[in-house]
Amino acid sequence: MNAVASEPAIEVEHLVAGYGGRRILDDVSMQVHTGEIMIIMGGSGSGKSTLLRHLLGLNRPISGVIRLLGKDTGRLSADERLALQKNIGVSFQGGALLSSLTVGENVALPLREHTRLAAATIEVMARVKLEVVNLGGFEHMMPSQLSGGMIKRAALARALAMDPKLLFFDEPSAGLDPVVSSELDDLILKLRDALGMTIVVVTHELESAFKIADRITVLDHGKVLISGAVDDVRNADSERIQDLLHRRSRPVHLSADDYMRRLTGE
Amino acid sequence: MRQIAHSIGRAATGLVEEFGYYLALTVESLYWLCWGAVRGQPVRLAATVAQMRETGVAAAPIVFMLSFAIGVMLAIQGIHTLRQFGAETQVVLGIALSVTREFGPLITGILVAGRSGSALAARIGSMQVNQEIDALCVMGISPVRYLAAPAVLALLVMVPALTLFADLTALFGGAVFCSLELGMSHVAYWDEAISFITVDDIMQGLVKSVLFGLIVALVGISNGFSVSGGAEGVGRATTRAVVLSICYLVLADMLFTYFLNR
Repeated sequence: MNAVASEPAIEVEHLVAGYGGRRILDDVSMQVHTGEIMIIMGGSGSGKSTLLRHLLGLNRPISGVIRLLGKDTGRLSADERLALQKNIGVSFQGGALLSSLTVGENVALPLREHTRLAAATIEVMARVKLEVVNLGGFEHMMPSQLSGGMIKRAALARALAMDPKLLFFDEPSAGLDPVVSSELDDLILKLRDALGMTIVVVTHELESAFKIADRITVLDHGKVLISGAVDDVRNADSERIQDLLHRRSRPVHLSADDYMRRLTGE
Repeated sequence: MRQIAHSIGRAATGLVEEFGYYLALTVESLYWLCWGAVRGQPVRLAATVAQMRETGVAAAPIVFMLSFAIGVMLAIQGIHTLRQFGAETQVVLGIALSVTREFGPLITGILVAGRSGSALAARIGSMQVNQEIDALCVMGISPVRYLAAPAVLALLVMVPALTLFADLTALFGGAVFCSLELGMSHVAYWDEAISFITVDDIMQGLVKSVLFGLIVALVGISNGFSVSGGAEGVGRATTRAVVLSICYLVLADMLFTYFLNR
């Protein structure tokens, strides 16, 4: 990708995050370049979901700076934040479609709230977005009537409603069968190539990660193990990264004394 | 000893935090109701009307039933008490004042807490669990404007309206029983009731009912927003919302009645 040379769409500098005295993210720094697909990978509990929540501005960091599209998210006025949010689309793990609205109304919601377009125009635009994700004709269904894959695609259509520059995906392939999951991967690639979006995908699915990634960031225990191009990650000599890539179970190093102590609860 | 002090301290800070949350929620809802349209992000009329129908109009039949029964009950008790003085006909005074000043608003408040407070907590709570609230936030749609403000406005309008309705039906219940028991005509009953009730009595009930509406809305919404831990959490929040709002309602009633009657 030629995007590597251009300015970063996302910059995270020395991000420390956590709650209740527990540190979930410890000095995380990373960059996402404009027009690339960045995969954030890591095992369960590695802090990848927490990192995503901070990138989206849903949680406040303890310290550190997050810049989206060049704007420091820590010091934005309400209006600036709104302007930024219109440039960000998010597809949540469970879809997070509003269950009281139809699929079409869900996709139309950002347009209805943030633009002064006529209702008929909004309806057409919502249908167009649904066509993009191959859900044309489903706009009158309720979210509860859709299958898992359809919900993810509808959530993607809603994320695309405002034509965002930045697109975030939380576990796009979780709970989907391989075919549907691969279709979703193709869709993500199409979005980057056709619309030049910067896309951040949080996942633990290796296969899909390597298929769509331009660069990969691997998180482990709240720290960045590596953040680089796909081949660099594949050839990294860190044992932990290789464990993650080859699905090796983690060796448990625990002395007999420690084990005894843990069992007795002392 | 230290443990007791510790838990008392924690309960106290929890209480302060909770009331701070209610205050912030009130201020933010009022902000969106007043300035949302100016900022180009109005509180939707359709959502407010839907809430009004759900919390107000749909509650009318059960408010009718309960307050009718309360009116009959007050008449029975009043006649029983006053018979000892041979002053049964004075029962209208007792019914008229206790209904408008106390029972109308209280019964309505408790009923709305049970119906709408729980519904609010459950709806917002399950949206929180499904990340729908997060989705609203990242779309730049304030959940307070989109979800809370219409409910607050609806309850502020509908609880006083239901209270007036409850006042009337409770008086009607009293009229029905008095005509059966004392042979009092409906016309005489209503004449007497209207001559006893002052604007002040009605206003006292209405002022309290506005407060009750606010309490139900705030407790329901804030418990919904603070849900964590899946379906079980939603259930817990719903129960908590109903129990807490009824407690606050009765306490606020006592305090308000005390100060309004000084």
